[in-house]
Amino acid sequence: MRGILSSTKFNRFFSRFLTYLFLIVLSIIIIYPLLITVQSAFNASDLTAFTLDLHMHWTLANFQQLFTQTLYLTWFKNTMIIAVSTMIIQVIIVTLAGYTYSRYRFKGRKNGLIFFLVIQMVPTMAALTAYFVLGLIINGLDQYWFLTMVYVGGGIPMNTWLMKGYFDTIPRDLDESARIDGAGHLRILWQINLPLAMPMIAVQALWAFMGPFGDYLLSAFLLRSPENMTVAVGLQQFIADPTNQRVAMFAAGSFLISIPIVILFFLLQRNFQSGLTAGGTKG
Amino acid sequence: MESQNIKKKSVRKAGLLSLIPGLGQMYNGQQLKGFAFLAVTIAFLIELVTIGIPAFQDFVTLGTVPIRDHSLFLLVKGTLQIIITFVFLMVLILNVSDARQVAKQYNTLGYVNRSARSMLKNIWENGFPYLLTIPAYFVMLFVIVFPVLVTLLMAFTNYDFYHIPPAKLIDWVGLQNFVNMFFLSAYRSTFVSVLGWTIIWTLLATTGQITLGILTAVITNQKFIIGKKFFRIIFLLPWAIPAFVTIMSFSNMFNDSIGAINQQVLGLLNYIPFVHVSDIPWKTDPFWTKTALIMIQTWLGFPYIFVMVTGVLQSIPDDLYEAANIDGANAIQKFTKITLPMILFATAPVFITQYTFNFNNFSIIYLFNSGGPGDVGGGAGSTDILISWIYKLTTGTSPQYALASAVTIVISIIVIGVSLLTFKKTHAFSNEEMM
Repeated sequence: MRGILSSTKFNRFFSRFLTYLFLIVLSIIIIYPLLITVQSAFNASDLTAFTLDLHMHWTLANFQQLFTQTLYLTWFKNTMIIAVSTMIIQVIIVTLAGYTYSRYRFKGRKNGLIFFLVIQMVPTMAALTAYFVLGLIINGLDQYWFLTMVYVGGGIPMNTWLMKGYFDTIPRDLDESARIDGAGHLRILWQINLPLAMPMIAVQALWAFMGPFGDYLLSAFLLRSPENMTVAVGLQQFIADPTNQRVAMFAAGSFLISIPIVILFFLLQRNFQSGLTAGGTKG
Repeated sequence: MESQNIKKKSVRKAGLLSLIPGLGQMYNGQQLKGFAFLAVTIAFLIELVTIGIPAFQDFVTLGTVPIRDHSLFLLVKGTLQIIITFVFLMVLILNVSDARQVAKQYNTLGYVNRSARSMLKNIWENGFPYLLTIPAYFVMLFVIVFPVLVTLLMAFTNYDFYHIPPAKLIDWVGLQNFVNMFFLSAYRSTFVSVLGWTIIWTLLATTGQITLGILTAVITNQKFIIGKKFFRIIFLLPWAIPAFVTIMSFSNMFNDSIGAINQQVLGLLNYIPFVHVSDIPWKTDPFWTKTALIMIQTWLGFPYIFVMVTGVLQSIPDDLYEAANIDGANAIQKFTKITLPMILFATAPVFITQYTFNFNNFSIIYLFNSGGPGDVGGGAGSTDILISWIYKLTTGTSPQYALASAVTIVISIIVIGVSLLTFKKTHAFSNEEMM
């Protein structure tokens, strides 16, 4: 009897030990690369590669160089303009479409949903040549609005599905009683459903905002002149040339661009779970 | 009683009359709407005769005189004309069905909306869902449908660096690009090699991030853990930080000679007794580059799965586990019989989107090692996946636009086919009330 008890005790200890070991090792694997990037941003010595340096001199010189000798601030501003406009336009369009497909039964609804599903699988960014020609014709090359519209269009199908899935989880009883009380379409949308969908709208806004920050392909292809570039394309130049690696400046630029996004991300991440599981699991 | 006093409208007649758009509506007594349809039709006919027919003719020839005729623009104009014609055909169908419906409504209700005011009100009341989705369709028409159509068409031309308009004309070449891709030895070997790696990459990288995501979620979800919030924040960091930042940083860390992985991490391993690791050629040996890419994508992609699966885990009722305990199930049985099926059931559609995402995950391939090292022909490096090969075909010094378009078509067919099949297999949408 006693032997069994101590063996289960040992087992429990052992499984807890393994659990914490896993958590700690994974944490180190995640933090190490981030830590040495952040550290390099403040490192005074002339770096060619990121390393964990426990005896380094801390400095802000890299940031100063970044602001005075490169177009970093312009790139930052460009990225912000594109990201904010993508976010606003995409969230409005996706919210309206998702709401409609969740709440209304109308002719063509089923075909519309299937269309969204299929079109979401088409790798639109592979249609590079077509975007180039389209941009050439409507004078959209090297223009923010064109790139913004490409981002918005690419994000619509998938996110409409997620948005619809979220609206599906909001009970309809409220709509019904409001309708009986004489509320119109807009009132039901604006005063009842939108406030309830706020968590998902916040998530959608964050993702739409983060999209342009993460994209390299389209912005590198459609924005040609240096003063119109986004941060991703600009920073890549710092490390693209093997003979002239400006690693510390790259690290400094990366650090600055990540800070606002990481803060936003953690402010809104409470909403992720409800948004993801509601939208994602129901398709 | 009353309905007998009105002369019935023939639904058939209303439908047939509206083959000349507007006449059906006028027959129903809706003059205003009738004129609107008629006006749209006349506008379209004028457009067709003045712009449309020449556009279609040019679309067929793609131009006859270099410099004067810009083949690419002719191709695009032809595509636009196809879309315009298609939209008009939709209006035509709408027109016929509207005439029939109004005639039916007249027969049952005994009246129709005649004034502009009541018509607008009707549109607002019954057309509301259409009004709300028009912006989405409008943007998608220009940003997705149109480029995809142009790409589709371009795949059947000879648009490459030998044929750059307006100096040279582009011609239709039928299936030539596809024949080259599948049968011409040079391109076929590139295509087969790139496709092979694309599939291996998609399977391994996605499965890696899903496995680590599920594992982390299950382990972190145990009740006794202290500092759960702290670990959660750390595990979300790879998702929160823009991917290009981490990929470029990793690219530096995996440098063969000066990178931190070889210099610090592997160096640390050598302190363990009997372990000796020498520098690994991460960037110069295809095998190691591939290994590094899969590890990095696992690192980047697991938090998303982790968050989703944590959500599912918290929604599994405790009774299930209690019942299993009574039946004497052990931890492994509980995991394989309860936890895993619940996770897979709830998140299968999202897992599929993760596979398609990695199939087209350009950033990591291109930013880590530019698709290198080495060369597998056709301008592709040994770690290039289809999408980064397309990018190189389009932006290289000797662009192969038509071939790139053909590859795009092949990618789309693969991705759509496989996703639809798996969606169907997993019954991902069976619980969605489609109607």
